[in-house]
Amino acid sequence: MSGAAVVVAGLGQPAWSSVPGGVVAQAQRPLFEWDWVVRNGGRIWDATLEHLYLTGMAVGIGLAASLLLAVVALRYRRLYAPIIAVGGLLYTLPSLALFALLLPLVGISVTNAVIALTTYTILILVRNIVTGIDGVPAEVVEAAQGMGYQRRRLFLEIELPLALPVIIAGLRIASVTVIGLVTVTALLGLGGLGSFILTGFRVLPPFPTQIVVGTVLSVALAVLVDLLLLALEKALTPWSRRKATV
Amino acid sequence: MSELLAEVAAWFAAEGRWSLTDSGGVPFRTAQHLYVSVTATVLAVLIAIPPALVLAHRRTAEAFASAVVNIGRAIPSFGLIVIFWLIAARTGWLGTDFWPLVGALVALALPPIFTNTYTAVREVDAPTVEAARGMGYDETRILTEIELPLATPVMLAGVRLAFVQVIATTAIGAIVTNGGGLGRYIVDGFAQGVGGRATVIGGALLLGALTLLAEAGFGGLQRLLTPTGVRRDTPVQDVTVGAAG
Repeated sequence: MSGAAVVVAGLGQPAWSSVPGGVVAQAQRPLFEWDWVVRNGGRIWDATLEHLYLTGMAVGIGLAASLLLAVVALRYRRLYAPIIAVGGLLYTLPSLALFALLLPLVGISVTNAVIALTTYTILILVRNIVTGIDGVPAEVVEAAQGMGYQRRRLFLEIELPLALPVIIAGLRIASVTVIGLVTVTALLGLGGLGSFILTGFRVLPPFPTQIVVGTVLSVALAVLVDLLLLALEKALTPWSRRKATV
Repeated sequence: MSELLAEVAAWFAAEGRWSLTDSGGVPFRTAQHLYVSVTATVLAVLIAIPPALVLAHRRTAEAFASAVVNIGRAIPSFGLIVIFWLIAARTGWLGTDFWPLVGALVALALPPIFTNTYTAVREVDAPTVEAARGMGYDETRILTEIELPLATPVMLAGVRLAFVQVIATTAIGAIVTNGGGLGRYIVDGFAQGVGGRATVIGGALLLGALTLLAEAGFGGLQRLLTPTGVRRDTPVQDVTVGAAG
């Protein structure tokens, strides 16, 4: 647990908790200080990259695992309900509990954060992949089979591309969800932009600029990734004008 | 690993852990957790459902209804809690423990409840509504006697989703305020480093159990509140997935 020291420094009772009158009695910093943003541009950039890295790892691994699970569920229909049930269970478990329960297995680490974040993508992605492929018109599948497409080619060249709008819709939801949750990994000494939120809250007196920068940039990142995935969908499915509904 | 299990078992068996009066005990923390979560969910229901019903009945604000859930998902709950806490701390208004956390939780619960209610009413079979209109029902009766009962299953699925999300996020609130219920164990345990691992894991097990029990319990409430005429054999899937906590 090499990260433990960082966490100990970052948490526990806030510095102002021993001050008479608590936080309310403290002198206040201005609500927003541009010069802090300018001076710390490099740190903000690094935190943004860490945020993107954690999101990319979680969604990437989640997508690979979900594709595998979806293929299993499509092949053996009876397994779809149990897979969704487990996905739902993982989705329901609070992130804070997951980080904690992974502690004995992987300690306080990037691995811990990535595993926990990945679990939130499974339900959304498996459901959208299966729904997307189920939505491929039967006559299209039959036409392909009539043209001699075998199972694997049918899946990779016909079903998967036609299901892309629904799959990418799921990918957008999963990415936006994970980007929001990455901020909580500040508890593990990571957090990406969430580290500013935690620091801004911890210091004496509280530092609104850091809190606002962390939160606003996290929202901006979510919107940006959402729009990029939407653009990716448009680029990958030039034949399709229909809107993803799931 | 077995050593850790013994530590966790010892943590659960520690003196005062199950005391009904100790503010560090499991009963107090669980009650606090549920108090915060239920207050926030009830407030969100009261705020979100009436406008969602009326707007959906009037067939307006469709773009708003679909956008609001996406915006809600993009806002990091941790950041929102800290911002509400900051506002409370600066204004000295309503204290820094209970209301800032509840306020942030309400804000997070509004989008899924609003959007699910809106979608639920919009999905009510149009011929059914027309038939009621033809029978002379006025708009208020159509909304309260036709659309509302038929929309109930999907609407409640949205509330359950929000409630579970609120319970998870209440725990995150322990990082910021004293109102975080069971999350307090996890956050305090992390702060103690290696020595706190039994606290962290004990708290996480309790929090996980509370979340799953709350979801199951809400399922029972859902069956109770769903009008007999619209009950289905299969549980209703939520229309929109809310944010995870």
